[in-house]
Parts: sequence; C-alpha cells; structure tokens
Amino acid sequence: MNEWLDYLLLMVPMLMMLVAVGLIITGRNLFGVVVLTSVYSFLMATVLFVLDAVDVAMTEAAVGAGISTVLLLGALRLCGWEDSKPMRHPWRKLMVSGALAALLMVGMVGLPEFSDPAATLHQHVVPRYLIDSTKEIDVPNIVTAVLASYRGYDTLGETTVVFTAGAGVIALLRRRRQQRLKHESSGASDAP
Amino acid sequence: MRHDPILQVIVRLLIPVILLFALYVQFHGDFGPGGGFQAGVIFAAGIILHGLISGLDAAKKILPERLVEAMMAIGVLIYAGVGIASLLLSGAYLDYSVLDHDPIHGQHRGIFWVEIGVAITVCGVMLKIFYMFAGRGDVDQDEE
Amino acid sequence: MSFAAYFTYIVTYLLMTAGLFIVIARGNLIKKLIGLGIFQSSVYLLYIGPAKLIGGTAPILATGYSVYSNPLPHVLILTAIVVGVATLALGLALVVRIREAYGSIEEDEVLAEDKGNTSTTGHA
Repeated sequence: MNEWLDYLLLMVPMLMMLVAVGLIITGRNLFGVVVLTSVYSFLMATVLFVLDAVDVAMTEAAVGAGISTVLLLGALRLCGWEDSKPMRHPWRKLMVSGALAALLMVGMVGLPEFSDPAATLHQHVVPRYLIDSTKEIDVPNIVTAVLASYRGYDTLGETTVVFTAGAGVIALLRRRRQQRLKHESSGASDAP
Repeated sequence: MRHDPILQVIVRLLIPVILLFALYVQFHGDFGPGGGFQAGVIFAAGIILHGLISGLDAAKKILPERLVEAMMAIGVLIYAGVGIASLLLSGAYLDYSVLDHDPIHGQHRGIFWVEIGVAITVCGVMLKIFYMFAGRGDVDQDEE
Repeated sequence: MSFAAYFTYIVTYLLMTAGLFIVIARGNLIKKLIGLGIFQSSVYLLYIGPAKLIGGTAPILATGYSVYSNPLPHVLILTAIVVGVATLALGLALVVRIREAYGSIEEDEVLAEDKGNTSTTGHA
C-alpha cells in the first residue's frame, strides 16, 4: 500500500508536467506560456523532491520557478506583449522529433534500472563519499560536502559561469544608456 | 501595483521572512538541504519582490547598482581567495585541510567561506540581471 | 525494468522531444528559449531518477538511516540548473537586443528584415 502511494506521488506530477508542456507547445499567448513554464518548474521540483533530491528540488523551485519566471516576464515586457504566430506546416519538424523519440526509446534498454544497488551508478566513488566524508569532512549534508570540498573545482567553475552570465548581460544591455545620454544631450530629445 | 493595499501589506510582512530564510538556508546548508546557490537566489528573490511591489528605485536604494556589481565579482574572488589561502599555508590549491589547526575544522572553515562566496556572486548576478531588465523599459518609451 | 523506471524514462523522453520540437518548430524567439529550458529539465529527470534507492532517504547523514540515495547526480544537476538559468538570462538579453534592432521577435520576420537590409549598413 505504501509503495502505491509512492508511485502515485511520482506519477501524478509527471502526468501534470506532460499536460503543461502540451499546453506550452500549442499556446500562443506568451504571458500564459510563461505562467505555464512556472507551473512546470514547480511540478518538476515536486517530482525531484519525491525522488529524494532535496537540494536539487530547492534549487529548481527557487531558480526555475522564481528567477526564470521573473526574467521571462521582464523580457516579455521589453518585447511588447505580442502573441506568437501560429505554426505552419510543422510536419517535417514533427517527424524529426518523432525520430529522436524513437531512437531514445531504442536506447532505453541500456539505461540503469531503478533502485538497483548493484548498478554501476552506485559503485566506485560514491561509497567512498558516503563513508569517508564523516572521517574527512564531518558535514551531514553529503551534497554540500561533495559540492564544496570533494568537487570544489567544479563549483569554482560554476560560480565563474554565473559571473560570466552577469557580465554578459551587462555587456549586452548597457550600451543603450550611453546612446540615450547622447540623444538627450544633443538637444534632439522630445522626452516627457 | 503601488496602489494595491493587499499586496503592499502582505509583501511587507513577507520580505523580512524571505531574507531571514535565505540566511537560514545559507548557514544550515551543512546540516540540511541548502547551501550557497539556494541562499543567494532566495535573497535576490526577496529584494526583487520589493522592487516589483514598491518600484525599482526602492530596491536600488537598498542595494545600489554599484554594490550589486561589486558583489558579483567579490564572491568569485572570495572563492578563489580560499584556494590561494590554502596555497599560502603550504597546502594544495583549494585544499581546505590546512586552513585550521586540524583537518576537519579546516574543512568546515573552507566550506563556510566557499559557500559565502557562491551566495554573494549568485545574489549579485540575479539582482543585476533584474535591474538591467527592469530598468530598460523607460528608454523604449522615450524612443516611441 | 520495473514499471517506475519505464514510466520515468518515457516521461523524460517525451519532455526531451517536446523541448526539441518547441526549439525547431516555433518561430518565436522567447518560445525557443522556453523549449530549451524544458529540454534541459528533462535531462535533470534522466540523471536523478536512477539515483533514488527505494527505502533510502535523502543524502543527509542522520542517525537511524542506513540507506541513502546517491548524492553524485544531485551535485551534477545542481550545477546544471544554475548554468541553465545563466543561459536563459543571456538568451533573453539577446532577444531584447534583437527586438530593439529589428522590431520583432519572430524568426522569419527577423530574417526577412535582415535580408531586406543588406544594402544599408547595420543597425544600432
């Protein structure tokens, strides 16, 4: 009985995610599509939580459903709230996507089985992290221990990527203000 | 949104809780889910909420643009600086065991500072991107 | 494979295909970015699904639990999520600039305007 409850908690959000994505594909009103993306991120966070990935669920909820939605709405506001155009003759593209799906289904036989303690996924370095982290680091949250200490270089790279994204956005969106200052100072402005 | 009393009241009650929760997630990242990324994003979300409700200038009064730009870089510098500190204390780069009198305390100290660096950078970047997107619309209206 | 494994993998593939379809079939640039985001999040499921051990708990050491889910995919996907939002922010900044330069965010209109304007020098 308990197992069926777990399955239900896993399957219902996933089915809702599929419905949300279906509505996103066919939706034309961009504001509705952005709200649906936020709903999708929340459902993804729920599924991740049911799969015991608590750190990842918190990050997905904060980043995917929070920041992404704000950024998309900000960009929509700057682009005018236009509806997107309807799809014309998507048949070739549908076939390409269908071919990809078929290929992936064929490849599914090689993927690891769920909850199989002998899978390769759980061997090699993971038992060392789980067992030795008490002796070497003594931090209960193993994800933090691996992220900050065992794989600290990767996190340094990731922080640099975040910084680069910020610098890139500054570089892309900054010049306009200098143009506006030039526009205003040349006396050609009709600004209110 | 400035004229909606329900939003104003509720958001004023919520924002301190959000900021406090961000600090909690940051410092309890060792004992429960959390850590630098989540804390930085939640903190930025609190300030963004204030900016959405009370106007962009109110948010910029709390965390001015120059400070946010500095935060972006300072976080990465703190992270890299922890590595350099390990080098100066005759360990390898980013080897936290040499940072204190005892390897386990050294690891704790290293993880503490590294997570703070990550949180500062992530918070700064999210806020800066929000400021750039939200502050640009006025220019468009000038052109039209 | 067990039923849960089949179900999760098939949902992952459907999401991946849907994301790819949105990227290649829709002309609107913002929708393309959303499709890219959906594609990326399907990969999160692909990694974290097999990491769970039934009967285990989240990878936070606590007394009374002896089976923990695999923490390594969690770390990788944490990085992936943050990189995903960085990509989205940069992509949206580009879309805003394209809109200001070409007046539209539909891919075919932008391309037409670009071809029509190859005689004059570039925009601001």
